[in-house]
Amino acid sequence: MSSNINTLTKGILKENPVFVSLLGMCPTLAVTTGAFNGIGMGLSTTFVLICSNLVICLLRKLIPSQVKLPCYIVIIATFVTLIQFLLHGFIPSLYTSLGAFLELITVNCIILGRAEMFASKNKPLASVLDGIGMGLGFTLALFLMGSVREILGSGTWLGITVPGMVGHTMSLFVMPAGGFLVLGILIAVVSKLSNRKPPKKFGCASCPNASACNAKCEEETA
Amino acid sequence: MNILTVKPSPHIRSELTTQKIMLAVIIALIPAIIAGTIVFGPRALFMVVFCALVSMMTEVVCRALMKKEGTVSDGSAMLTGVLLALNLPVTLPLWQAAIGCIFAIAVVKQLFGGLGCNFANPAITGRIFLLLSVGSDMTAWVKPFYYKELHLWGLFETSGATAIDGITGATPLATGDAGLMELFLGNVGGSIGETSALALLIGGLFLIITKLISPVTPISYLGSLAALTFIKVLVTGGDMIEVPYALLSGGVILGAFFMATDYVTSPITSKGKLIFGIGCGILTFVIREFASMPEGCSFSILIMNLLTPYIDKFTQTKPIGAKKINAKEEA
Repeated sequence: MSSNINTLTKGILKENPVFVSLLGMCPTLAVTTGAFNGIGMGLSTTFVLICSNLVICLLRKLIPSQVKLPCYIVIIATFVTLIQFLLHGFIPSLYTSLGAFLELITVNCIILGRAEMFASKNKPLASVLDGIGMGLGFTLALFLMGSVREILGSGTWLGITVPGMVGHTMSLFVMPAGGFLVLGILIAVVSKLSNRKPPKKFGCASCPNASACNAKCEEETA
Repeated sequence: MNILTVKPSPHIRSELTTQKIMLAVIIALIPAIIAGTIVFGPRALFMVVFCALVSMMTEVVCRALMKKEGTVSDGSAMLTGVLLALNLPVTLPLWQAAIGCIFAIAVVKQLFGGLGCNFANPAITGRIFLLLSVGSDMTAWVKPFYYKELHLWGLFETSGATAIDGITGATPLATGDAGLMELFLGNVGGSIGETSALALLIGGLFLIITKLISPVTPISYLGSLAALTFIKVLVTGGDMIEVPYALLSGGVILGAFFMATDYVTSPITSKGKLIFGIGCGILTFVIREFASMPEGCSFSILIMNLLTPYIDKFTQTKPIGAKKINAKEEA
């Protein structure tokens, strides 16, 4: 049971896909001009992540390892198409503001990474929990990024005007450069809060995904 | 008693410390500060002092937070503040100037490890940060001597140039209507420090004569910009007055003498400095002619700052008598 809880919670801070593993940078930087966009993108990705983790996990014995990547992509793309139609039908404003990045969830490294590192080696329940945890971690990161950028850059938060920010906004923060700036500073803050020290030696073994990775670390360090 | 001690080199140390260099550069900037104060009124001087103080305070706070030894006494933070202030329009609200200083010191300099480790010039990056953040306030240029009609010379005017009706004039670089003599002496709109070419040249020559900066960077920068403008005039058949105009208007002289020569963010060798200066000149010309912005000086220096490690690598000098090791022999 405790291992299930660990699977669920590790994605939120300890192995946060954005702040620790640095996966999914493209949507993280591109769609987080507002907090609402961040939540929308995060939850869409979470949905795809949970479904694809489950299906890939169930099919893990059937997929030959030589063609596993195309198979994963087909499964992921199926769910992306699903969420795309759902958003188009029910939340058209979010659909337009996310634009091409919604379709690009298909090639989001987080989903492919979790499929490869976790779902293809674990049981269905654990895979779903992993999907929920990682998805929530991604959503949280995007929401944080979006909040900071929206408050500083547009003077609003979730569309509501923030008192005291009128006339004091800095448009840099809604520009791409501001995205990189906010991301860098948030990574620094999260590392500080979780007491992570920079690795003494840079290499395969110091990678945050080392424990789940297929590659043999000993070979590279030797 | 043994009076002979064995120590590794260096045995002779220069008297020149970081503190003295920074102080000398600030002294070299005094003519420009005086010119700015004459043209734009006491608020210009106030801005310079304010930015210097905010930068120094940020440096103290950052070093204390990072639990490292204090470096505010080396004067580099003060210089960054002064340089940034000279790059700002005189009517910029103080909170914006303060944010620029804090960004320049805390993010550009201290997060990368302090003086000597920053990859870009803090003052330039601070200016670009403000330009992209609060663009309308950063490009609101007042006319020279605007302050004479204002209560208390507009010293406590905090709401930016947009609030002062009818005295906002564009920088001559954007409009192109100012005499050459006016440009040279500084009787034009613009940011605090860039108005008077004469005052900047006095400061720049002082630094070159005292051998604190190499003349290579400013000469190659201004030279390449002049050459490109000359070619442009030849090709398009314009007026030759455009060549001195390109050099005197905007912040090129301030950039060439005081920003592009920053020790930390420009190449070490003379050959590298030449490449750096020419690169700045080309980029400034390209941005001015083809981009949507009127001024490209700060962007060109920032881009060349980023290329500096590569320039240094290509222009690395060989020790006298060193032989190139054959790759095969080494293996």
